[in-house]
Amino acid sequence: MAVTVSIPTILRSHTDGAKSVEAAGSTVLEVLDDIESRHSGLKERLVKDSKLHRFVNVYVNDEDVRFVGGLDAEVSDGDTVTILPAVAGGAR
Amino acid sequence: MLKIRRDFVDEIVAHARRDHPDEACGVIAGKEGSDEPERFIPMVNAARSPTFYEFDSGDLLKLYREMDARDEVPVVIYHSHTATEAYPSRTDIAYASEPEAHYVLVSTRDPETYEFRSYRIVDGVVTEEDVEVVEPSTKADTGSDGLHED
Repeated sequence: MAVTVSIPTILRSHTDGAKSVEAAGSTVLEVLDDIESRHSGLKERLVKDSKLHRFVNVYVNDEDVRFVGGLDAEVSDGDTVTILPAVAGGAR
Repeated sequence: MLKIRRDFVDEIVAHARRDHPDEACGVIAGKEGSDEPERFIPMVNAARSPTFYEFDSGDLLKLYREMDARDEVPVVIYHSHTATEAYPSRTDIAYASEPEAHYVLVSTRDPETYEFRSYRIVDGVVTEEDVEVVEPSTKADTGSDGLHED
C-alpha cells in the first residue's frame, strides 16, 4: 500500500529536504511508523502520548484525520497524506 | 527586516479592527525565495475568540495547496491582539512553525492608534525586526488581476 506523504517545511530536516515521501501502511499510524523506519525523529514531532500533537494537522486526502479516527484513520493505496502545522496562537 | 506595501498594512489593520474584540488572522503569500508579500489572504479565526486564533483546518489545507500550486509560501503570517501589546505570547511562540515567515502582530487595544510589529520566531526564539512600509506605486504590478498591455 503506497501513499504519498506531504512534508511541511519545518519537518523537512527529517526527510533530507524532501517535500514528500512515499510510505506504506493501512492507517495513519502505520504510515508514520513506516516513515520513521527511514527518517528517524519525524514521528516524535507529530505524536505525543499515542495521540496526534495538538500543534499539527494531518489529512488523508481532504479529510482532517481528527474527524475520522485520528492515528487509526484508514489509508488506501494511492492516497495522499498531508502534514501541516496548525497556524494558531493568541494572547491567551 | 520586513518590507511591506502600505495597502497591505492598511488591509491587516482594517481586518483587525473589523474583528475586534476577537483576534483576526491571515497571511500574505509571496513567491518562494522572494521574501516579498504579494497576495493578501485574510483567514477566518475558527476560534472566534478575543484571546486565541486558529485557522480552520480545512481552510488551512486549501490555503497550502493553493500556495503550493503557485510556488508561494506564507511570507507574512499576521494576527491581532485585542487587549494586549503587539508582542508574541507564549502560545504564539509554541505554535510558530514557519521559520521563514514574518510573524506580524497588530494590537487594537487602543481605538485611536495601532501597533504594527514584526518578528521572526525560530525554535522558540523571538527576534523583533524593523518594518519598512513602501508605497504600492513602487510595486504596482502584482500580476493578480491578469491585466496585460500588448
